[in-house]
Amino acid sequence: MNFFLKLSKIDRRFIYLFIALVVVLPLILKPKFPVVVSKPVQDVYDYIEKLPEGSNVLISIDYDAASMPEQQPFLEALLRQLFKNKLKPILIVQWQLGAPLGTMGLEKIAKEMGAEYGKDYINLGYRPGYVAQMVGIGKEIRDFFKVDYKNIPLDSFPMMKNVHNYNDIALLVGLEAGATYLAWIEYAGGRFKQKIALALNAVSAPDAYYFYQSGQIVGLVGGMKGAAEYEVLVDKPDLAVAGMASQSYSHLVIILFIILGNIAYFIEKGMKNKEGGK
Amino acid sequence: MLKGKGIPIFITFLTGMIMIISFFIPHKPFGDIEKISLTWYSIIAGFTMLLGVDSLIGMHFRKLKRKDENWFFSLVLIIGFTATVVVGIIETVRFGTAFDERSYFTYIYNYFIVPLQSTMFSLLAFFIASAAYRAFRARNFDATLLLITAIIVMLGRVPLGEQISPYLPKFTEWIMQVPQMAAKRGIGLGISLGALGVSIRIILGIERSYLS
Amino acid sequence: MLKRTLLLILFLILSISLFSENDSLIFLENQFPCEGFYITGRDIPNDGGSGIEINWSFPDSLDNCFLTVLRRDEFGNNSVVATDLLVSSKQVRDVSSDEEPSRVKDGIKYYYTGILSKKIIDENLLNILKEKSYLKNGTYIFNNDTFYVTSETDAVISKASWFNLSRIPVLISLIIIAFVFLYYLNLAKSGKELYIRKINGLDAVEEAVGRSTEMGKPIMYILGIGYVTDIPTIAGLTILSRVSKKVAEYETKILVPSYDPVVMTTAQEVVKEAFTEAGRPDLYNKNDIMYITQDQFGYAAGVDGMMMREKPGAVFLQGLFFAESLILAETGHSIGAIQISGTTETAQLPFFVAACDYTLIGEEMMAASVYLQKEPMMLSSIAAEDLLKVFIMLLIIAGFVISIFAFGFNIGLFKNLFDHLVNALQV
Repeated sequence: MNFFLKLSKIDRRFIYLFIALVVVLPLILKPKFPVVVSKPVQDVYDYIEKLPEGSNVLISIDYDAASMPEQQPFLEALLRQLFKNKLKPILIVQWQLGAPLGTMGLEKIAKEMGAEYGKDYINLGYRPGYVAQMVGIGKEIRDFFKVDYKNIPLDSFPMMKNVHNYNDIALLVGLEAGATYLAWIEYAGGRFKQKIALALNAVSAPDAYYFYQSGQIVGLVGGMKGAAEYEVLVDKPDLAVAGMASQSYSHLVIILFIILGNIAYFIEKGMKNKEGGK
Repeated sequence: MLKGKGIPIFITFLTGMIMIISFFIPHKPFGDIEKISLTWYSIIAGFTMLLGVDSLIGMHFRKLKRKDENWFFSLVLIIGFTATVVVGIIETVRFGTAFDERSYFTYIYNYFIVPLQSTMFSLLAFFIASAAYRAFRARNFDATLLLITAIIVMLGRVPLGEQISPYLPKFTEWIMQVPQMAAKRGIGLGISLGALGVSIRIILGIERSYLS
Repeated sequence: MLKRTLLLILFLILSISLFSENDSLIFLENQFPCEGFYITGRDIPNDGGSGIEINWSFPDSLDNCFLTVLRRDEFGNNSVVATDLLVSSKQVRDVSSDEEPSRVKDGIKYYYTGILSKKIIDENLLNILKEKSYLKNGTYIFNNDTFYVTSETDAVISKASWFNLSRIPVLISLIIIAFVFLYYLNLAKSGKELYIRKINGLDAVEEAVGRSTEMGKPIMYILGIGYVTDIPTIAGLTILSRVSKKVAEYETKILVPSYDPVVMTTAQEVVKEAFTEAGRPDLYNKNDIMYITQDQFGYAAGVDGMMMREKPGAVFLQGLFFAESLILAETGHSIGAIQISGTTETAQLPFFVAACDYTLIGEEMMAASVYLQKEPMMLSSIAAEDLLKVFIMLLIIAGFVISIFAFGFNIGLFKNLFDHLVNALQV
């Protein structure tokens, strides 16, 4: 009894300690968990699989280091699929501090898959003013991206020769940590009928279900779980799959705390009622 | 008539009306108005960044001058700020972009910003745990319902749920797609109408609290 | 004389054919391996002009071929619109842009020709084709590669539209909305009393500011990580105005750490005006409304640090919040501040509900300034919103019933009706 009463007034730092342990330990011990692919993730994968060879896929890096554990594994899995299917990624960045992450992922996977810069993929880097850009790409991408991230003119790259606006882009994939995706849906999707797939941080993924249900986005990859599913789909389990054990156990610990907290709550309530009865 | 608050209200009304008209008329000069005003906003926002920096650095300089409590951290901020700006400029000149693989700016990014941001975000895991612990109490029927749903979703969203029962992730998906969405759409419609109300009040000059 | 002329003509023909031999462009008259391929051009509808859309239809066998599109204007100037397009892409747009403003001009006649090839088109060939004033429809050979030239499209003239027809549904909605708002505005003017329900979070503003003052602690107002172009940020600013007025009346201090410099500048103006209106401009300190950083978690860290140091008695979280919402709210809770939050981000609402004393859910936040002021004109807009809400609800119910008859009972009439409804609502 006393234990539960103490528990109800537990210092929050004890909770933090438990969470830290269950996050870190599985990362070291690496227990395996089977990952089942959900429909919104499968839809993104299937849509890309059906794109004709040579199609351009615009990838927007709308996250930064904070969301790296959730977004980077998906970026890598996605790029693997694109290069394997001979699709051409065009990388742009809306969150300035995400630029190095996008470049890192792109270069890593391009090297691994033997893709050639300028011919099979391109990195256009960051430009300020995201809404103006989203509206502008509807007309001509060169109005904003005259040069690539290393200041080389766009027209000197063979793959950019026919890329002018959304008409030349088969799919837009937004990797999102904030609300930039709303503007993509509003401007690129709404105004220019651009097909969009999104990867969102787990904390904001439930919000994008609207657009998934209404067909405004072709699919949805939510958080590290979604990334893990994508890694399974491209048949290359990596960091996200490894993170699933930590996530499973930490959810379990939170549930246990909630249950204990409730037991304590009821005991306390019972005691108060008794006191009241006296 | 156009005195005091009259002028800003008139400008707001006029701009609002032009934007509404330009939404329907693609012909020049209306068609480009949105793009032009967004570009203007970008330029203005770029200059206001100077105001921001002035505010930030000014505050910490004052703290330093007054030797306020924790003045040392203000010093760290000023040194950090200056160093990053200087390194950024030098490396942009050297490599054409500050984010070149060889640049020290990339070093600062990889070894300061990335871990700091990740740490801040990962705090969320701890805070969610403590907030959930406090908030999820079966106080009444509604709270109990919320509690049970939360547990189901928490289990169903991780591979552990699949191991408990293959129906758990499916049920979770149903919760996410049906009851969750129903509530959200309701709130969403309200928000859109609310936003419409705010916009109309501002355009018509009924809402002046932003001008105060 | 006739002989001489004939000889001259012969010579000319020969020299032309010789010239053709030189660039080895050979025309194969009777071969049309690309039967069924033709291109059409049209002005892009509903645009601001300077844009032509080129479409093509093709048999499946040509799926993997490349298409190059050439443009000839009425003055005989040739230019390349696009090269090596995948035939499967079905469409290309010839549009003037800021980068190339002189591509297509309104009012000039343009003719388009397509060149279909199995391989990527040769640079030399492209130059030769650009020089030709007219290309006959048919198959050609160049350096052993065959390619097919389509017949030229009819003249296409681009023009700017005066009305975007695809936005008629929006215009109709706009008219309905304007009508409803104006109706209620008139009603308010005529003195009819309008009702607004109780919002606990807003009633608590006075209590929060009062208690904080009693404890001798400042008030912290966090506008989130939105920009001044976001409606929730604007709503947050209107609430800030009311809160600052109370703060000035209670002669206490308000701290507004900002994420965006434009928001910061606006917030400074709002607070200054509110203090002036409350008769205490002397209490206003510009430095209390400061810029932190435009980095999401850097901002969260900065604000959290400030909370721990300044220990505000009341924390307002009003605006656009994302993943940092709970990091802020939980820290606020840990220092024991009264917290009143509000956002339109539904994903963050559960966090606020869990960690704050009062939460304004979505539209409550939008209605806050009305609630705090309760002017009849302001109230009329809330009543108008409610009527529109009823209208939307009826529309949803109608759609629901029609879809049950259409897809549940498979009745054709309702299927048509459903399609019409969806089309009418689509933009």
